[in-house]
Amino acid sequence: MHKGKGMKFVGDSRVSAERKSQIPKDYSEYPGRTEAFWPNFLLKEWLAGSVFLVGFLSLTLAHPSPLEGVADPTNAAYIPLPDWYFLFLYELLKYEFASGPYVIFGILVIPGLAFGALLLAPFLDNGPGRRPHQRPIAVIMMILALASTIWLTYTSAEHVDWETRAEQNKPIPESDVEIDTSHEGYAIYEENCMTCHGGELEGSPAGAPLIGTEHSAEEIATIARDGIGSMPADQFTGSDEELEQLVDFITSVIEQAE
Amino acid sequence: MLQKIYDWIDERIDITPIWRDIADHEVPEHVNPAHHFSAFVYCFGGLTFFVVVIQILSGMFLTMYYVPDIENAWKSVYYLQTEVAHGQIVRGMHHWGASVVIVMLLLHTLRVFFQGAYKKPRELNWMVGVLIFFVMLGLGFTGYLLPWDNKAYFATQVGLEIAEQVPFIGEYLKTLLAGDAEIVGAQTLTRFFAIHVFFLPAALFGLMAAHFILIRRQGISGPL
Repeated sequence: MHKGKGMKFVGDSRVSAERKSQIPKDYSEYPGRTEAFWPNFLLKEWLAGSVFLVGFLSLTLAHPSPLEGVADPTNAAYIPLPDWYFLFLYELLKYEFASGPYVIFGILVIPGLAFGALLLAPFLDNGPGRRPHQRPIAVIMMILALASTIWLTYTSAEHVDWETRAEQNKPIPESDVEIDTSHEGYAIYEENCMTCHGGELEGSPAGAPLIGTEHSAEEIATIARDGIGSMPADQFTGSDEELEQLVDFITSVIEQAE
Repeated sequence: MLQKIYDWIDERIDITPIWRDIADHEVPEHVNPAHHFSAFVYCFGGLTFFVVVIQILSGMFLTMYYVPDIENAWKSVYYLQTEVAHGQIVRGMHHWGASVVIVMLLLHTLRVFFQGAYKKPRELNWMVGVLIFFVMLGLGFTGYLLPWDNKAYFATQVGLEIAEQVPFIGEYLKTLLAGDAEIVGAQTLTRFFAIHVFFLPAALFGLMAAHFILIRRQGISGPL
């Protein structure tokens, strides 16, 4: 930095009036084939960035981000599951030595030691050698930690049926349908179907939403008698005339919702 | 014209040294994939930053529609997902970016670890990096609740129950995060929103600034 007598400033500021060179440094004397970051290297780097971005956007387009039904604290049947990068900590708590009376080990001691060691790695592994074979203990510890994390994540995720989970927890759009309770089919619906399919045909954990279904009126009639998927047969046990009224009611609500 | 504007600004606030600090630095041969293809492992850190930028931008756009309130949070996300033009893509970028950033951070950490690049004099930068990793996990945990669907609600409840089991401070910790000793509800959602959108990003920016200043000062570690 220039200092001493003879310094000139811009106005009454502390900015030097002498302009410095704007020519980038010359890296030709550096060892090896050193390049300037700006603009030489950046011109290549953005290509790598673009390839990455294309891959990332393809992932985004191919798999829309999931959204389940709105949070329902009274839903006792829901099996909670954290995001995948917390699964290993979640799975750890299922081991006997890390749960119940030993839960402190599961939530504090083991993760604390592992992440503490990660934070303090430069001080635990403080020899001069950088190559992996010059510091076998650090490298082996890291490989063990990595292997157990992968193993815990795998065992936690393995028995989860992701597709069924997604299917069962689909978001149910808010319906603004008005239920015509004076419809002759309504009483039949109320008696036979409402427990599972909901008061506004919006569905529940026990039964799929009827609104938005792609089944035709005849198919709905068959399903009411014979069941479909996890819906058992004989949910409806009335006369054919009643069935007709029921289907008429259901299709009228579906049409109204469209 | 541009040069004149630059000179006009430079005369007043002397930006050339700042510009030099940011852009004018060397890229040594051993980190340049153009010379040694295996040097692509040095891209992980930069790609992590790239994904963080995606997260910041997509997150900023998400807050234009998102309402942090238990009545409307899920509805606003559902609306964004189904009605808003490109809403599904922006939310998809934020959702997948959250996973990709963890993967890239992990790869970057492993590269630094197995090369022993954290050894003297770079101990401090390693610690800053591990703190960034923790902040990122915190962002993942708090962001998971925000859509207010069943998955979010019950995972957060489990997370808070785990926090409660910490000896001595557990109950205070849970109350601090959830806003109530018992209820996971409106208070929890606003707190997680504030943590996700203000507190943790502030910590993240500070740590990232420190991370980059240290890299610039110390240079990239030499070849093995």
